[in-house]
Amino acid sequence: MSSTNDKPDKPIITAKIDGFFLLFYDFSLFVLRFFREAFRPPIEVEEFIHQCYQVGYKSLALVTVTGFITGVVFTEQSRPTLSEFGVTAWLPSLVAIAIVRALAPLIAALICAGKVGSSIGAELASMKVTEQIDAMEVSAINPFRYLVVTRVTATTICLPLLMFYNALVGCMGSYLDVHAHEQTSLISFFDSAFTQVTFLDFSTALIKSVAYGFTIGMVSCYQGFNASQGTMGVGKAANISVVVSMFLIFIEEVIIVHVMNAIR
Amino acid sequence: MQHIDMNETVISIRDLYKSFGEKHVLEGINLDLHKGENVAVLGRSGTGKSVLIKIIIGLLKPDAGTVKVLGEEVSQLDDVALRALRLKVGFSFQSSALYDSMTVGENLAFPLKRNNREFTPEQIRKTIDIVLDAIGLPETINQLPAELSGGQKKRIGIGRTLILRPEIMLYDEPTAGLDPITSMELNRLINAVKERFNTSSIIITHDLTCAKSVGDKIAVMDDGKFISQGTFDEVFTGNEELIKSFYDYNFIQ
Repeated sequence: MSSTNDKPDKPIITAKIDGFFLLFYDFSLFVLRFFREAFRPPIEVEEFIHQCYQVGYKSLALVTVTGFITGVVFTEQSRPTLSEFGVTAWLPSLVAIAIVRALAPLIAALICAGKVGSSIGAELASMKVTEQIDAMEVSAINPFRYLVVTRVTATTICLPLLMFYNALVGCMGSYLDVHAHEQTSLISFFDSAFTQVTFLDFSTALIKSVAYGFTIGMVSCYQGFNASQGTMGVGKAANISVVVSMFLIFIEEVIIVHVMNAIR
Repeated sequence: MQHIDMNETVISIRDLYKSFGEKHVLEGINLDLHKGENVAVLGRSGTGKSVLIKIIIGLLKPDAGTVKVLGEEVSQLDDVALRALRLKVGFSFQSSALYDSMTVGENLAFPLKRNNREFTPEQIRKTIDIVLDAIGLPETINQLPAELSGGQKKRIGIGRTLILRPEIMLYDEPTAGLDPITSMELNRLINAVKERFNTSSIIITHDLTCAKSVGDKIAVMDDGKFISQGTFDEVFTGNEELIKSFYDYNFIQ
């Protein structure tokens, strides 16, 4: 098979594999650049605080609602099975373990990937196609440090906070459900809930959410920073930011769970 | 009127080549910009004019040839040296490229704050006022770019580059998309900037009126090459078909 200019075309599958490795290489350079730039002064404190507000504070409502619903629904779904065995007293600890070990980190991360990832991807892509990033370059400003370092740091720091908040709200939702059915007090609920949750569980949740936050920030910034093709590129960057972030979050989940279980 | 010092070259381009894939955009460009001089690079769309100034500012790398700005070879500079050089070279984008989440005042303050961290808020405010006064838009300080007209955006874009007091200005299509009266005002502003801020400039344009109004020298570009360089009279007395067609088209307009 040959193209019109007589150069042999690569088979599609080979070209796709080449493309994947080139993309992986380019993304790795982007991540390395982050670590190179992140620890060099000057630090863009004002922009970092602004991004923490955007990522953290502006996601609170969504995280509250989803966390609360998760707590209530998980409790409701678990009760029939536990009551069959006559162990509804285990409900608080079951919910707490599920929330801290798996649900809170994943839910907070998926919410952030959808809300924050798309927003960062679209914002940076829009700045790229309207030459605003080039305008920073020519004004002797380092756009990577101003745009990427601040956003990635904000998502990496804010996601663990959102995760713990999500876990707390989830447990509160579960408590209200348990209280409605079993008239348990708040203190005895939390006392029972956290007897089975270990320091390692909290550490794992923290490690997961740091990794997820970093992933969301890096992927979205990479997509936005390398956008092209005008307004179509903006939509594409927002879309790919969310899809790739979510995909990587699930892969990381599997890896971290396996590593932590081996440690446990 | 500002004196042109023919002995001092601030930009020197020699045998510059640039391709994107199979497409040859620049093919052996040679150009000198002297201190105090305005050179208008005139040509149709897609002839490589914008690529030329993007190479000068270091946004693109050339395939071959040398570009010396204020004595420094741009493609040889590391990040730190390139940023130091960019402080001396202002770049006005065709699209203005204003930061749309910031007000006009914040747009102007942004490069100033980041390159002069010792500046007090009062100094920043004073510098912004001077620049807004120079571009004739002091009343827009609290407006967002979305609230400005095309001509106002271009002026603010020029103002944002002037805030760093550059020695050289690069204008990319300053009058593109503007009505004739606003274009004339922009041409006057470019000349006023030269006088007030002592700049030397390269003005990329496809607008003959603009080239004539602002250019001490005109370089006509076609298919990645300069086909004629000189004063307006020198260039437009030639018999080159393209130059004649340019003149005829703009005359009809």
